[in-house]
Amino acid sequence: MKRWFIVLVSTFALSGCGYNDFQRLDEQAKAAWSEVLNQYQRRADLVPNIVATVKGEAAFEQETLTRVIEARAKATSIQVTPETLNDPAAFQKFQAAQGELGSALSRLMVTVEQYPNLKANQGFSDLRVQLEGTENRITVARNRYIDAIQAYNVLARSFPSNLTAMVFSYEPKPAFTVANETQISSPPTVDFNKK
Amino acid sequence: MTSMMGPSLCANDGGPLACRQARGKRLPMWLLLMALVCSWLPASILAQAVLPVPVLSARVIDQTGTLDAAQLAALSERLAALEKDRGAQVVVLMVPTTAPEDIASYANRVANSWKIGRRDVGDGVLLIVAKDDRQLRIEVAKTLEGAIPDLAAKRIIDGAITPGLRQGDFAGALSAGVEQIAALIAGEALPAPAQPDRGPSGRGLGQWSDLLVFAVFALPIAAAILRQVMGRKLGTLATGAGAGLLAYFVSTSLIIAVIAGVIGLGYALFSAFAGPMMGGGGGRGGLRGPGGWSSGGSRGGWGGSGGGGGFSSGGGGNFGGGGASGRW
Repeated sequence: MKRWFIVLVSTFALSGCGYNDFQRLDEQAKAAWSEVLNQYQRRADLVPNIVATVKGEAAFEQETLTRVIEARAKATSIQVTPETLNDPAAFQKFQAAQGELGSALSRLMVTVEQYPNLKANQGFSDLRVQLEGTENRITVARNRYIDAIQAYNVLARSFPSNLTAMVFSYEPKPAFTVANETQISSPPTVDFNKK
Repeated sequence: MTSMMGPSLCANDGGPLACRQARGKRLPMWLLLMALVCSWLPASILAQAVLPVPVLSARVIDQTGTLDAAQLAALSERLAALEKDRGAQVVVLMVPTTAPEDIASYANRVANSWKIGRRDVGDGVLLIVAKDDRQLRIEVAKTLEGAIPDLAAKRIIDGAITPGLRQGDFAGALSAGVEQIAALIAGEALPAPAQPDRGPSGRGLGQWSDLLVFAVFALPIAAAILRQVMGRKLGTLATGAGAGLLAYFVSTSLIIAVIAGVIGLGYALFSAFAGPMMGGGGGRGGLRGPGGWSSGGSRGGWGGSGGGGGFSSGGGGNFGGGGASGRW
């Protein structure tokens, strides 16, 4: 009778330490991360089409175009696996490369405004809609990833499940941060006198 | 909130017992960490004062007062017909502005909290118009991203909706847009819509019978085992507590949980101290617990959708940012 009692109590105690919660939230974070990668890949796949269309425009600013091509090459050359999640340095590197591609693309889209032919090109405006949708999906996927790792990290750091995390050496997962925080918080300067 | 008070109390006077214990190396670190974790969530919600998500009260929600009653009724009738025909849920929302968010993130937030679309299919579309911003967006659930790709959404916006909006014909523009969305949804092979009569009652019966089975078989067995393991008094108490806890998990209502707990306790008492015949009687008394739960908990729940007058979300829509925005 006493043995039964001990078995019961220890079962409750083990399930109370959150081991299963860690597994569940870890899988959730991995799935959310895969979705982020998926959407980044979608954007990377769009870039060659955009570049090809823009190249059709004679005398398009070469520097902007080259930056997009280079940023894409850099972003797609980085190998990402689910294990990237547990390596903050690799995570930062990946994020920096994707951020570079994002800013190169948005610069390209701004530059395009100066080329009326391109703006009137139906194929290009279609690509533009797709790029916009992809950027939206990236935002949503990143938000979901942030939510997923938030749940994981809270569990990993709060008592008593942090003891479980210590025993199995579960580290908090890295979140997305904004690389150029000072740039964003300062308002952009608008210069109307530019030629 | 209590964990936030811990460290601050220590910082102010340092007198209480908790703080004296905290001088051992580890505790202040724990307290600080826990305070951080606990205070992080509410703070991050408070930090961004975004618009609240409106209550999903109808298929067409107009917060700007632009559409008159007849136009509202015609539009929601069209959407109701679409849902009856194809099963997909389309909702039109008109707001004055989405500031401080842009329309894409506002639309995504609203759509994901409404989760429009059937529960197991997730086919929902949100057409949102920010009148003073002169912006609109078609937000498409993941299930329908094949039927309404971003480009198609953009063409609906540019071809059908914005010309009307430019002329101030909101009702005409919206119904033209809804018509095109409906045409695209009709081209997609979605599961047929469920018969409205059968759905709720079938589900209700399922829950009913599950609980009946549980009460008839599991309760006596659990009571017997617990009595064996813990002895009469403890086992009886544990049965009651277990029934209450389980009811709380299932129904998340304290009152129901207490009722179920008392019934479980009563049953266990009967079977423990009276003969097996009385136990049978007690068991039948116990059945009343789930009965009360079913009528109290779930029938109120489907009153809204079953009544036919109101509209409620299917709860299956998952919005991943698909769709397109436009301005006029």
